[in-house]
Amino acid sequence: MKNDPVLFGQVSRFVGSLAQCSELGIKPVLAASNVLTLELPYSQSIIGNPDTGVIHGGAITTLMDTASGSVVICGLDEFELCPTLDLRVDYMHAAEPGKPVFAKATCYKITKNIIFTRCIAYQDSDEEPVAQCVATFMRIGAEATPLSFRQMVMGAQSGGGKGTNSGAKSAAKSGTEQKGQE
Amino acid sequence: MDLRKLVAKAHETGDYSELIATIPYAVTIGLECERFGDEIMFKLPSKKSNIGNPILPAIHGGVIGGFMEISASLYLLMFQDMPTLPKIVDISLDYLRAGLDRDTYVECKLTRQGSRVANVIVTAWQKSRSEPIALARAHFLFT
Repeated sequence: MKNDPVLFGQVSRFVGSLAQCSELGIKPVLAASNVLTLELPYSQSIIGNPDTGVIHGGAITTLMDTASGSVVICGLDEFELCPTLDLRVDYMHAAEPGKPVFAKATCYKITKNIIFTRCIAYQDSDEEPVAQCVATFMRIGAEATPLSFRQMVMGAQSGGGKGTNSGAKSAAKSGTEQKGQE
Repeated sequence: MDLRKLVAKAHETGDYSELIATIPYAVTIGLECERFGDEIMFKLPSKKSNIGNPILPAIHGGVIGGFMEISASLYLLMFQDMPTLPKIVDISLDYLRAGLDRDTYVECKLTRQGSRVANVIVTAWQKSRSEPIALARAHFLFT
């Protein structure tokens, strides 16, 4: 999967504005059309079991909520804040202490009101997930998100309008629209 | 570390801080715990580093989820005579209202306990119990 520098910049600015993500050190590693991977570094502060050093599920929930909520940037033409409606997390096995955890999220359906996402958390390989998550997000519309925040996330190029996004994303988006019209 | 002894001591004195201090993640988000009669209430005091939505501002949904999850596991540890914290299997979270930058409270209810697994319902609220900000159902496995 190739990294899209424009989307990567947008996601980085958005994730960077979330205090809890700075606290845990959550940062993006790859952003492309409809796909986003974030990294949660291992640290003493997120340990849930002091005897084994295994991190707490809550830190993984935060990682997956952030990945699922931020991948909407990779799926929408224009940034809008999307509050989480629900989140269902299955924990397959404990994360191995000392290693980072990655979360790979995709939007599998975007409608006028709702965005549906899937996400897996893994360490060595995404074929051996630590946890899996499905979530839904409410769309409140770009207008409901303060313009200054939108511009901060979209980058200096954007005046709040469309057309400054990556070709890959616009292509994917128009593809979806065409399908919807058929 | 003998968690059973810590739990017994906390129940005796009504001071749960020593027990909570053994779990670094609980300390990171700032979880507190208080007893009222036989009931336990978990509290997450307002904390800048727990913010996820800088516009409102509102607590990060993951922090609300993590707070509910850790509260449920502590609740099982405190009342089901367990030697260790139970393992989380799954959690299903419904976000009902924005969790604003203020104190949040959590109450847990044991729905069903089998020999290996327990189902817990968790309610989180801020202003009033009748206006929950999030609801969760979680399964835990005893180890």
